[in-house]
Amino acid sequence: MKYTYIIFALTLLGIFGFKNHGSIYKSNTGNINFFSHTAVEDISADNHKVKTAFDANSGKIQFSALIKDFQFKKALMQEHFNENYMESTKFPKSTFSGTIVNIDAFNIEKNGTYTSPVSGKLTIKDVTKTVEALGTFIVKDGVINAKASFNVNPEDYNISIPKMVSEKISRDLKISVDVDYSHQH
Amino acid sequence: MKYILLLAIIFFSSVTYAQDLDLLEEEDEETIEYTSATFKTNRVINGHSIETVAKREFDLKISHRFGFLSTGAYDFFGLDQATLRIGGDYGITDNINIGVGRSNVAKTYDGFVKYKLLRQSSGLKKMPITATWISHMGVTTLKWTKPDRENKPSSRLHYTHQLLLARKFTEGLSIQLSPTVVHKNLVDSSSFKNDILSVGIGLRQKLTTRTTLNLEYFYVLPNQISNENTNALSVGFDIETGGHIFQLFFTNSAAPFEKGFITDTKAKWTEGDVRFGFNIARIFNF
Repeated sequence: MKYTYIIFALTLLGIFGFKNHGSIYKSNTGNINFFSHTAVEDISADNHKVKTAFDANSGKIQFSALIKDFQFKKALMQEHFNENYMESTKFPKSTFSGTIVNIDAFNIEKNGTYTSPVSGKLTIKDVTKTVEALGTFIVKDGVINAKASFNVNPEDYNISIPKMVSEKISRDLKISVDVDYSHQH
Repeated sequence: MKYILLLAIIFFSSVTYAQDLDLLEEEDEETIEYTSATFKTNRVINGHSIETVAKREFDLKISHRFGFLSTGAYDFFGLDQATLRIGGDYGITDNINIGVGRSNVAKTYDGFVKYKLLRQSSGLKKMPITATWISHMGVTTLKWTKPDRENKPSSRLHYTHQLLLARKFTEGLSIQLSPTVVHKNLVDSSSFKNDILSVGIGLRQKLTTRTTLNLEYFYVLPNQISNENTNALSVGFDIETGGHIFQLFFTNSAAPFEKGFITDTKAKWTEGDVRFGFNIARIFNF
């Protein structure tokens, strides 16, 4: 019976213990843009429905984006993006899980601008790679605007680009993140 | 006791499982998931698919069907003869398309209006099929074969109405049924019907992300047209290259418009009277 109580206690700890709600900031409307620049064509798409949260105590920061929520100007491009490049029915989500390295230097309660490297694991099409970017956090009246950008090579994430369109798609895609976080009570 | 243990294990495992994204509550709210890309393009092979071009997009279509492969080397397996159509589809909205074309088969001009009535979806709203209505009109502009009799301009007209019903069963497999009625204002004999009922079946199987195998058959219900006629059967591939879609196929029909391939096909696959053909589609944005 003792054993049961221990497991039960551990379970409760597992559920509530590590989740420090007091320091969690969240958004369900984060924006991720990707931009491909080549001499032939510029391609850009936005996802305005990114789920993200960070913990102001531990510095943990996480993102989850549905691939099909990326909006293109051209409907055909969007279809090709989902069908051919991202295979979004097979790999519906892309995620990032990392850390705001200098979180201890932030005073999140006070208005101000803070910068810190953010590093972690980016997963696209079930391929996980470590990425790092410099994040800028602007605290204003309880809302924290966070911005960062970094570059990825689609071929690192198992996204094959056929020869015929090779010249039209950059191997150095710029990913820009822009989120307004609000405090989670 | 056992139950508490079990419960504990379940809780524990769910907690550790979600560890990587533990800050995000992953209970995704249910949304409507519309099915896209049931077919690569708005034609199965000869006939239309349920797909429409998006708003303000123009899809330029160039279609060729060559002579019979059975003509042999002298006619370069049919490539010395060709029937063709040049035309285009335009998206007034994502669901309403119009199109025009001109074919050298009986010097036919054709036009159509296409409307996507239902979209296959899952999730919050469940719809098993996509349904598209299409009405075509065609005008043949050949000189009258009997100029001395009374020839009415209306005799040049023919119409085709189709209800296209398709379902994407899996990521790779889509099947379409196309109940069709063709109306000819003038027929060759009083024993032939002016309204001809038929049903088309179309099938596509993805081979890779960019290529598909397509099959299309139009069955004309009996005792409506001359029994010299045959049903149009086509098999081919879609190859998507990014900007273009190439449809390469073999078919026994020559006419690249509905009234023609459904009711005027006379060649038989069984006698080797098969043609090579292709459609090239190129999308332009406005």
